[in-house]
Amino acid sequence: MPASPTASPAESPTVALFVTCLVDLFRPSVGFAAVKLLEQAGCTVEVPSAQACCGQPGYNSGDRESAQAIAKGVIAAFEGYDYVVAPSGSCGGMIAKHYPELFAGEPVWQPRAEALAAKTHELVSFLVDIRGMTAVGSRLEAVCAYHDSCSSLREMKVQAQPRLLLQSVDGLALRELEAPEVCCGFGGAFCVKYPDISNAMVADKTADIAQTGADTVLAGDLGCLMNIAGKLSREGSKIRAWHVAEVLAGVEAPPIAQAEAPGSRGGGGPGDGP
Amino acid sequence: MTELSPARFNEQAAAALKDAPLQRALGNMRVGFIEKRRKAAEKLPEFEALRDAGVAIKTHTLAHLDLYLEAWEQKVVDGGGRVHWARDAEEGRRIVLDICRAASARTVTKGKSMIGEEMHLNPFLEAHGIEPVETDLGEYIIQLRRETPSHIIAPAIHVNKEQVADAFREHHTGLPPDRALDEGPDLLAEARTQLRDRFIAADVGITGANFLVAETGSSIIVTNEGNGDLTQTLPRVHIVLASLEKIVPTLEDATTLMRLLARSATGQEMSVYTTVSTGPRREGDPDGPAEYHVILLDNGRSDLYGTEFQEVFRCIRCGACLNHCPVYGAIGGHAYGTVYPGPIGKVLSPALMGIDAAGKLPNASSFCGRCEEVCPMRIPLPKLMRHWREEEFGRKLSPAAVRRGLGLWAWAVRRPALYRFGARFAIAGMAFLGRRRGHLKALPLAGGWTAHRNLPAPQGGTFHDLWRRRKSNRRRDRR
Repeated sequence: MPASPTASPAESPTVALFVTCLVDLFRPSVGFAAVKLLEQAGCTVEVPSAQACCGQPGYNSGDRESAQAIAKGVIAAFEGYDYVVAPSGSCGGMIAKHYPELFAGEPVWQPRAEALAAKTHELVSFLVDIRGMTAVGSRLEAVCAYHDSCSSLREMKVQAQPRLLLQSVDGLALRELEAPEVCCGFGGAFCVKYPDISNAMVADKTADIAQTGADTVLAGDLGCLMNIAGKLSREGSKIRAWHVAEVLAGVEAPPIAQAEAPGSRGGGGPGDGP
Repeated sequence: MTELSPARFNEQAAAALKDAPLQRALGNMRVGFIEKRRKAAEKLPEFEALRDAGVAIKTHTLAHLDLYLEAWEQKVVDGGGRVHWARDAEEGRRIVLDICRAASARTVTKGKSMIGEEMHLNPFLEAHGIEPVETDLGEYIIQLRRETPSHIIAPAIHVNKEQVADAFREHHTGLPPDRALDEGPDLLAEARTQLRDRFIAADVGITGANFLVAETGSSIIVTNEGNGDLTQTLPRVHIVLASLEKIVPTLEDATTLMRLLARSATGQEMSVYTTVSTGPRREGDPDGPAEYHVILLDNGRSDLYGTEFQEVFRCIRCGACLNHCPVYGAIGGHAYGTVYPGPIGKVLSPALMGIDAAGKLPNASSFCGRCEEVCPMRIPLPKLMRHWREEEFGRKLSPAAVRRGLGLWAWAVRRPALYRFGARFAIAGMAFLGRRRGHLKALPLAGGWTAHRNLPAPQGGTFHDLWRRRKSNRRRDRR
């Protein structure tokens, strides 16, 4: 549905949420956290139903044709809104950086891809850079290591924004990794096509997280988080993992890859602040 | 040692991950290079502008490559040198052999040259009764160990100090077996003594080139050991092995690129030795070779020229992409099974060997993008790897199972309603299986994932279903 022509984007823009396939399938609470944060930032949130995936698996596997077909569907479904926001630097980066490249030289689709790219953002950077958010009202008793996903960091220039908002979370202390700019080894299909190499990379990452002394790891991309949390869980680590949006929004959900301990609902997890 | 091959990348990588000495060596490397480059870049306020200037030089040169190559060749010839154009490795080897035979050469000293590696020159010379002696310390070590370089600027980066001592004790016979070889300086002093006589005895010296300068017809090499100077000035004949991407218009351009090269490679402001060779010894020169040859190896490069892959010719072989690559850091260089490992190898190797032979390499990347970030020449390495994947996919060379899976996925994703219908059941099933622990330890068809990590269980219900429910509840509440 197109944005209402009466409301100016600056006051109350209509944001189309690109849910991402992993959030849709594995962790809807991230999607609800995103909606909550966007509404706190004064946006009207719509969730176009004609979305499934951004097409990145095809694009990165060399299947340009499928990627283009999927991208055309996404462009058509999302181009009518003021902004497109994804709780992921990877999917956001696909739309914002790679769609224009995907249609380079195509007279009809290149301009449409570029127009969509220009208004597509990763969630946390959108909240801070576009909506001017500087603090949130949630709380989480935790010592947190923040993992920069590669696409958030390099394609979407997300680095300071999540740290800024996390500092405002009641009870939360931030720790920096020794090698924050190193990939966790997820890489989409990479982690299942090259499981041994990917494992070496994620093992380095969990070791780096552990050496910070953090009891919690946060990131802005569910792919990295499933990889890191899955590895921590296999290692028997007690370190908890959440998507940064869940913590910022104070959405109650058990940590990724961990079951809810009986009677602990909301007790140790993110929640609304005092 | 069994022959390494990019076709066996997966097996070679698995072996490398289990190779304890290699892992120890790689652990040391990862920290050193990265920190040094970071400090060197931070110390130079104009580092980013310098990168832009470097890119501009190379882009301009590549746009007028024919002009500069011809101008360079003319200058070399005017200066009394000779230029040999070699279409492939075999032709290159033959030219080297002809020159060596004309010089009645028995031993040949060699400075580090990746083009020499492309030619597989050493075994060929040995087979023809000519002894090649590597004079770069790292190259010398791996020659003793009968290995190939595992890194383009640090060929023996995979070798630990103790392994070097072992190799020296085995090959440097006639020295006291109980001599001390525990420290770097001990090893260095011994190698230096061993090499000294070889420098003097050599009939031909072979070096690579970091740059070929069109303005003067010069070749430039940079080293940290000075071995290049001894290799190219002492023997009667100097052979330079190079390729078309080494061309730059002027000496000034070369110096701009050298400032980037040393900082990106080792974090030095400048390499210790920079040697400019302009033709054979002239009358009045105190030293220098009587003959100066340049062999320009094509080896598939001109096929890339004018394609999307042309950007790879900006490469100045600094090795920063290798040093910062998490895949290289995990498995080292030999696992790639190609002359050039790491991100640059993933782009260059399919060009030199064919995508059917080297197709596994451009796929073995998580596309983290760190290589492109640190590449002084801003080569979009992930993008070029993706181009190779497209080429592979388009020629139906990728595995059939992958293609079938992708086809099914793309078909479903383009039909969101149907996709959601299917996803609902898959997710419900997985959520049920993982509900107690919050994760799954194994799942059919997900062995690649669950071999090393648990699979987080879905929370249950897709976002889209839950969102629709929430919206209808809200509507109902409003009524």
